[in-house]
Amino acid sequence: MLEQFGYVGIFLLIATGFTVLIPLLPKLFKLMGLIPGKKTAAKLVQYECGMQTIGKTWVQFNFRYYYFAVLFVLLDMLTIFLYPWAVNIKDLGVGGLVAVGIFLVILAVGYIYAWRKGALQWK
Amino acid sequence: MLDLIFYLLAVIALAASIAVIMVRDIFRAALCLIMLFMSVAGFFLLLHADFLAIVQVLIYVGAISILIIVAIMLTRDARHGLPLDNYKYWAGAVGLLLLIALAYGILNTTFTLPGTAPLEQTIQPIGQQLFGNGYVLPVEIAAVLLLSAILGAIAVLRDK
Repeated sequence: MLEQFGYVGIFLLIATGFTVLIPLLPKLFKLMGLIPGKKTAAKLVQYECGMQTIGKTWVQFNFRYYYFAVLFVLLDMLTIFLYPWAVNIKDLGVGGLVAVGIFLVILAVGYIYAWRKGALQWK
Repeated sequence: MLDLIFYLLAVIALAASIAVIMVRDIFRAALCLIMLFMSVAGFFLLLHADFLAIVQVLIYVGAISILIIVAIMLTRDARHGLPLDNYKYWAGAVGLLLLIALAYGILNTTFTLPGTAPLEQTIQPIGQQLFGNGYVLPVEIAAVLLLSAILGAIAVLRDK
């Protein structure tokens, strides 16, 4: 089991190394004399998509976002139950499928209620 | 090798938890908390508890931290934290009491290890137990519990 998660560790190492290495590359190239490294205004702009923000970025968001956060947490709990079933879906067979079906139907009642009450709608 | 990984995780966990309380920026504190949750998942993996590790990542890193970050997004000007100076000494005293209680509890407990080795895989036995061997009814009751949580969340959060 731990050997399998060793791949996760290797992935983690590569990801960390990549994140550290990429910002250091320009400095390395500059040390090696490959690039001039002149700082202009356009170069120092943060590399992001979209428009430059106007005003403060840290604004107070609408309270309705909290709905989605709470519903997401509950959906996440559902995943915890589905995961052990999905791992041995073959061994459990029809009985497991029926059990999970009932489980999902019970939870679907809640989501249909949320839908009908307009909780998922943006007003 | 496993010892090395354990000490690495311990250093990460301690550094992250110290950062949570020391960093002034509350959003960065939340990110450090996620780091702590991830390292706890690593501890679970070292203890051969792979299901717990996945639950840790899904629930704590996925859901709880989303709740915390959304709560930070919803508050105004809370990014730099509260001026805690008024409560500094009280908080220190309560923290010290808690530390003493925890240390007392840990030092006075004799941790007994089970004689058998832990299971190599935990997810498959858990799945067999939950959906195959007579624990189906508690699982469905857990679904009812989640349903009541959804309905309660909608009832509490709904605009009047």
